Amino acid sequence: MSEHDKPDIDDHTGVETTGHDWDGIKELNMPLPKWWLYTFYVSIVWAIGYMIVYPSWPSLSGYYSGLIGYSQRDAVAEDIAEANSKRAVYSNKIAAASFDEIRADVALMEVAQAGGKAAFGDNCAPCHGTGAQGFTGFPNLNDDEWLWGGTLNDIEYTIQHGVRFDGDDDTRLSDMPRFKVDGILDRAQILDVVEHVTKIAGGEADADRAARGAALFADNCAACHGADGTGDRSQGAPNLTDAIWLYGSDKAVLYASISNSRKGVMPAWAGRLDAATIKQLALYVHALGGGE
Amino acid sequence: MMQKLDQVPMGKPSRNVLAMFVGLLFLLGAIGSLHVAANAYDTIMGFHASLFTGFFLLAVIWIAKAAQDGATERGYMDKVIKYGTVASVFWGVVGFIVGLVIALQLAFPMLNFDTSFINFGRLRPLHTSAVIFAFGGNILIASSLYVVQRTCNARLFGGNLAWLVFWGYQFFIVLAATAYLMGGTQGKEYAEPEWYIDIWLTIVWVAYLVVFLGTLIKRKEPHIYVANWFYLAFIVTIAMLHLINNLAVPVSIYSSHSVMYFSGVQDALIQWWYGHNAVGFFLTAGFLGIMYYFVPKRVERPVYSYRLSIVHFWSLIFLYIWAGPHHLHYTALPDWAQTLGMAFSVMLWMPSWGGMINGLMTLSGAWDKLRTDPVVRMLVVSIAFYGMSTFEGPVMSIKAVNSLSHYTDWTIGHVHSGALGWVGMVSFGAIYCLVPWLWGRKRLYSDKLVEWHFWLATIGIVFYIAAMWPAGIYQGLMWRAYDALGFLEYSFVESVAMAHPYFMIRALGGGLFMLGSLVMAYNVYRTIRGDERIGEYGDDAQTVAAE
Repeated sequence: MSEHDKPDIDDHTGVETTGHDWDGIKELNMPLPKWWLYTFYVSIVWAIGYMIVYPSWPSLSGYYSGLIGYSQRDAVAEDIAEANSKRAVYSNKIAAASFDEIRADVALMEVAQAGGKAAFGDNCAPCHGTGAQGFTGFPNLNDDEWLWGGTLNDIEYTIQHGVRFDGDDDTRLSDMPRFKVDGILDRAQILDVVEHVTKIAGGEADADRAARGAALFADNCAACHGADGTGDRSQGAPNLTDAIWLYGSDKAVLYASISNSRKGVMPAWAGRLDAATIKQLALYVHALGGGE
Repeated sequence: MMQKLDQVPMGKPSRNVLAMFVGLLFLLGAIGSLHVAANAYDTIMGFHASLFTGFFLLAVIWIAKAAQDGATERGYMDKVIKYGTVASVFWGVVGFIVGLVIALQLAFPMLNFDTSFINFGRLRPLHTSAVIFAFGGNILIASSLYVVQRTCNARLFGGNLAWLVFWGYQFFIVLAATAYLMGGTQGKEYAEPEWYIDIWLTIVWVAYLVVFLGTLIKRKEPHIYVANWFYLAFIVTIAMLHLINNLAVPVSIYSSHSVMYFSGVQDALIQWWYGHNAVGFFLTAGFLGIMYYFVPKRVERPVYSYRLSIVHFWSLIFLYIWAGPHHLHYTALPDWAQTLGMAFSVMLWMPSWGGMINGLMTLSGAWDKLRTDPVVRMLVVSIAFYGMSTFEGPVMSIKAVNSLSHYTDWTIGHVHSGALGWVGMVSFGAIYCLVPWLWGRKRLYSDKLVEWHFWLATIGIVFYIAAMWPAGIYQGLMWRAYDALGFLEYSFVESVAMAHPYFMIRALGGGLFMLGSLVMAYNVYRTIRGDERIGEYGDDAQTVAAE
């Protein structure tokens, strides 16, 4: 159809069209909006200026490094060095001082608490919770119950070496047998032990089965958990007589724990955090409420 | 309006020879994929090779049937566009529902149900691919084939090749989606599909290019309309990006796995060169093509400025291709590349806004339609969101801003103001135009339902971005906050807890947007059936008088 039709004038704008017509669509021969054009120019000028000041165009052997010689790597290195030098005053002291010395120094203790809190949030909170309240399988660090001891040195050791952590030879290691899976006890026997454990923990238990369970407990469990079930921290064996449970106190949960064992893992942090940070973490966790 | 255009005579020998040749190729494909299915190393390849066998066999039957029937459709080739439009609505609804599911998963992680198939990590690419490539891709392909025929005054080039584009593209979507659910991915954002799916898409895309370009070449108009420039830029650039970003060496022809050709920072740069230009050429240039046809057509006004369309087209495509490195600020990417990425992103601001000016100002003389036509309102709001996100983009590319916004939900908000506001709304507008036009209906089943869709979608978007902006800014501020002693003030977990209420608001917004799409699907269905909502339009005499 359209063989370069004569441009016509648009009634509304009074501007002539380009003369094209596509499926009824025409185009106005409107000039570029001035503000648009000048803003575009300004952004181009700005971009060229920015490319002159900062590192920009590559060449065969390197790149143009800019008027002010800015380097992101250098900027980061400076920032880190500055932060480290500020912290070094404290972190060197903390690394060198004993726990008692730190606790005696109010200013140093304040730093250790703040540093411990920051490190805890980034490294420990995902499992133990932001308030160290713990979750199923991950111990609450606020209470008085400690699997491996609640002194500063105990806590520091646990953080350094972790629990059942493959990559650390000195890791905290307790290895409760899988009584059902490994065929040590059968189902009925385990159910009896569950009743006994429920009873010593102060729960409601079937007396007959608990009595049978007590005998089994003495033979199979007492070596680690103690004859009275109060546990043994040197082996990481939990106290079974209090109301604090890592995996829950339901009988079904106890049955599963005895049958399959649990074997939760905590990583060793010694290679990942520096000594001063681990010390601060120990002080922070110790001060949460349960420290001994 | 429909012209009787030249048509290849039925049963022409060359046509049958071609059909036999293509059928033979597909048959070979079926045999080959059956062989791969039988020897596959992994479940995904086994399953997908079987799907390929089925697809190729169905294609052979289709070709045989088509050759027997001969061509029945005359004039513009519109049936395939009808299919594409319906497919776009379908995949849109699917993509929005999956989006709502993953929004809820982020707010309530238990909704991952501890299963691999529907966990967040697999559903997230399903959502992005479904909305970008399935919903967006289908409406781009369908609308471009519609527009190129009308503005070239020519029937589609290549005959049934357009059907290969349509069905091949749907098959690509099915392959990609099922791969994600089974855990098949090459780990590149927006380019997750593995090597054999990439190859299949390449074939489909080249066929699309041939159909589009062929139609342009045989056009009966002296000039090429601006919408077609944008569509062509979209098709050609996506082909280039797709080919280079997906360069990989398959582990074996029997394996779904591959090893990427690039690695390290080169891989990252290529990936975001691809990623950002997927935004630039798929989600911007392609949908500008839609805008440049449907806005002037719908409001019956000339395009505001021809010169502006030329200048902003060429500046847009020249500048966009450089902007990718702004996705990698403050990373191992060399300083000079970051500088260029930022400088070109800032220069991109006005070229992007050229499209907004041309779209909005085309309404001058027809602003009253904003009040009377809800479809026009949808198109105009889409342009407003386009302007907003193409301003926000350059701002976020500035390194100082990016150091706060990067890795936060601000980015997610930015993407969705563009995706829901611009891409979504302009597509809905195009669908509401296309359906009555294609099926020869006088108007939509209900304009009232379009109003409902408009408000559900608009309010949904506002909830979404109004939640993600503060969430993102708080995240950025919390992550960089130090206390007086030089220790980080907040842990990452605390920033997650902070964001929780915003995640719930985001899910609410996404839910509203999704509901709107259901309203659209119903409206489209009834319009196709030929219904008009009883009592809505009054009698015809009144409607005509009102106009």
